[in-house]
Amino acid sequence: MAKKEDPKDPESKSKEELDKKRALRRREFVKLVGGTGVAATAQVLAGHQLASAATTTVPEPEVVGSAKVIGPGPATMTLRVNGEAKKLTIEPRVTLLDALRNHLDLTGAKKVCDRGTCGACTIIVNGKPTYACGVLAIEVADRGGKPGADIRTIEGLAPEGQLHAVSASFVENDAQQCGFCTPGFVMSCKAYLDSHHNPTLEEMKQALGGNLCRCGTYVGVRNAVVQAAMSMKGGHA
Amino acid sequence: MADYHWPPTDKCSLIGRRISRLDGPWKSAGRIKYSYDVNRPNMLHGKMVFSPYAHAKVVSIDTSAAEKMPGVKAVEIMTEPGKEVFWVGHEVAAVAAETEEQARDAARRIQVRYEKLPHLVSDVAPSKAGEHTKQLAEQTDGNPDQALQQAEVISEGEYGASVITHCCLEAHGQVAEWDGDDLTLYASTQNVSGIPGEIAKANIVSSADKVRVLTPVMGGGFGSKFGADSWGLACARLAKKAGRPIKMMLERDQELMAAGERPSMYAKVKVGAKKDGTLVGWQSESWGTGGPDAQGGAPNLPYVVRIPDRRVKHTAVLTNIGPARAWRAPNHPQMCVITMSALDDLAAKLGMDPVDLLQKNIQMTGQLAKTYSAELEKASQLMDWKSKWHPRGDKTSGPIKKGLGVSMHTWGGAGHPSNCNCVIQPDGSVSVSLGSQDLGTGTRTVIGIITAETMGLPLEAVKVNIGDSKYPADGASGGSTTVGGVSSSTRRAATAALNQLLEKVAPSLDAKPDDLEAVDGEIRVKGNPSKAIFWKQACAKLGTTPITGTGQRQRGNDDLLSSGVGGAQMAEVSVDTETGIVHVDKLVAVQDCGLIIDLKTAESQVYGACIMGITYSLFEEKIMDEQTGRCLNADLEFYKLAGIGDFGDIVVHMMTGPGYDERGVIGLGEPPVISPGAAISNAVANAIGVRVPTLPLTPDKVFAALETKGAVA
Repeated sequence: MAKKEDPKDPESKSKEELDKKRALRRREFVKLVGGTGVAATAQVLAGHQLASAATTTVPEPEVVGSAKVIGPGPATMTLRVNGEAKKLTIEPRVTLLDALRNHLDLTGAKKVCDRGTCGACTIIVNGKPTYACGVLAIEVADRGGKPGADIRTIEGLAPEGQLHAVSASFVENDAQQCGFCTPGFVMSCKAYLDSHHNPTLEEMKQALGGNLCRCGTYVGVRNAVVQAAMSMKGGHA
Repeated sequence: MADYHWPPTDKCSLIGRRISRLDGPWKSAGRIKYSYDVNRPNMLHGKMVFSPYAHAKVVSIDTSAAEKMPGVKAVEIMTEPGKEVFWVGHEVAAVAAETEEQARDAARRIQVRYEKLPHLVSDVAPSKAGEHTKQLAEQTDGNPDQALQQAEVISEGEYGASVITHCCLEAHGQVAEWDGDDLTLYASTQNVSGIPGEIAKANIVSSADKVRVLTPVMGGGFGSKFGADSWGLACARLAKKAGRPIKMMLERDQELMAAGERPSMYAKVKVGAKKDGTLVGWQSESWGTGGPDAQGGAPNLPYVVRIPDRRVKHTAVLTNIGPARAWRAPNHPQMCVITMSALDDLAAKLGMDPVDLLQKNIQMTGQLAKTYSAELEKASQLMDWKSKWHPRGDKTSGPIKKGLGVSMHTWGGAGHPSNCNCVIQPDGSVSVSLGSQDLGTGTRTVIGIITAETMGLPLEAVKVNIGDSKYPADGASGGSTTVGGVSSSTRRAATAALNQLLEKVAPSLDAKPDDLEAVDGEIRVKGNPSKAIFWKQACAKLGTTPITGTGQRQRGNDDLLSSGVGGAQMAEVSVDTETGIVHVDKLVAVQDCGLIIDLKTAESQVYGACIMGITYSLFEEKIMDEQTGRCLNADLEFYKLAGIGDFGDIVVHMMTGPGYDERGVIGLGEPPVISPGAAISNAVANAIGVRVPTLPLTPDKVFAALETKGAVA
């Protein structure tokens, strides 16, 4: 999910609040798929042996209010990606990363560890850098008539053929070799600079600590973020 | 006529400058499609079933339940019943379905019965490995027994480096798509030109020319992506059966378990010297494992410093840890850490500064002695070695101990076979095509720079076509052989094309072709810049027929390239004796590589190698469990890669100018990744007073070393 907050970040004061929100979101999700029971939900989440789920005896779920049953089969949902509403029909267990890559052909976010470690799939959800592999698409889709989360992928940073200031500074400082980690770095960097206009290099190292590179481009990245911070200062490029 | 030889570097407008990589904007905008990103219309997803056992015989495979699962379109057996699997993660079967989720579900329903067989996954000393050993070499030069007997100082120790993996961020894999009998493979490969032959050899197509491999960019290989691989063949077969394109990439766990690893190497070393530091004898018994086969050959110890009287013995330990694959500078980082650690321990015993010991014996490095000497001097200056260095054991108070270490390395880096076509169109556009690939090293940019420099045009005026097997055949990108190969073929092709143009243009300038040159977007008479014609006008004289120049890297000696580089590195570390954590405060890398085409991407190669070196020195290890035979850290939480904040400063200095530039182009990818292990290990020994014998230098090993005699208090 969202990355470790910078302790200096004024927004992290409301950490408790955030935790509450997250817990709520998780409960809401359980509620969403709750019709077939909590045990079955756990199996849907883990992607395990769907067929046997039906034959499992499960206790009656505790349902608060009226719950609509979604899944385990494909469900139609709408994602708000780069300012556009995208309708797609996918199983509720599909991660946001797989939804973007396999169903919307937005492949800038890369699939590397697929378990929230490497940052190659970093996108920006409601302004926060987020590992897309750690979120289910359904969690951030439209729900109950309310629009879902604001999802920004690297493809939304600049029109085709143009470069966002952060991307340009990565090119200029050769902060990429094979380039497979680069979009994730660019998105982490962009999300951080959007809310921190005068970061020190040490703070940037902290902010980008959730992204891994194998080729060893970190020296270039360090130089790139300094340049990107300069070019984005005082405004949102 | 234009001469194909490299122009003097001071006459170059592009070669040797700092130029941003051509594919940089594609990558940092996130729009370029890697193999993993290719989504073809109607495409299916493939997933593999792999062995949960380190060594077993496949008894039976039942795919019937999987075939009935929703969305399943094809199934493929990859290891036939009766055959053995040799590591956890060894591919057994594959299935293709409409969605990735369905394919994963179906893979779980493939029932495989195994007969478990005994395994070994620890790289123990050969004496404990029973029958799982194979002696690879025993060699004696001179009279090491006598030399060591007469030595005034002897140092003995055990050193080594553990098994690590390649951990490419783009997993191995491909998309396979058939059009009738023709197969297109969007493969993440280091060998675009070589894959079609492999597919044909497997009888998947009637001839190699039916296969087209497309790899515009790829997400890391480091030596592990030369072949089509069993999953490449299976993907093509599945796609044929299903009649639809299929994407099949390894998942992260299988990537770390089965897609290659760097063999371990350990050695018991005895090395002797005179009191003045002159090295006189070497003896080593080494071993290591690279999986079930004894691949990679025997190490050539001692490394770089050729002590004339030596005896070396090497035994391979055969294990079920996964397949050995070339890992950036195969064998060299291991040989380097063994040799340079032993020499460092010897220097400590002699009471000598290790830089002085290396300089004292510099003639034993052979032809590159002068280069090494200069590189050690430059590195010392950049590290401020003389004022910072102290004898073994940081005597200052407090828990943080600081130390310095030094190492030297070598690599060949001669260019591989390469062919290039260069086309000049009547409209003035220029393109170059090679069946090469850019692994992130800057190959595409180097090709562009050489072509533009040759034509006297800006870099933007040249279109570089690579990453397609339909282009002229090129070698696999491994062993730092690409830049030499493509530089030679490109320079020759571009010169050949330009010369044809000069012949066409000469009459209109009332000159001989020999008197013309292409500079600053013009064709002009040498020494008379006023007699000139713009490039576009010159090309217009071609009428309707484009020019094609061809170039080939010359067999044997090619005077545009060379081989054999040195390199010296120095590390400064802080060791926290309360936590056992080692921090690299500074790493200095001084590197020669002949003529540098693009200084920016060349430096990036060295920075990257240093960081990869820090990573394998401190963090990386493929950890195996003997009981189950499984890899315990086949994920990115516990297979540790350094992050952006995990090291201090890296200082890179490229040796250029007279003595270097005229050697021509030499490969650079491997050499700088070799020394970090030894330099960092030596720095830790200098800090805490004792040797941490093997890489990675993890806190548990640091603590163990701190318990030994001679450690700082």
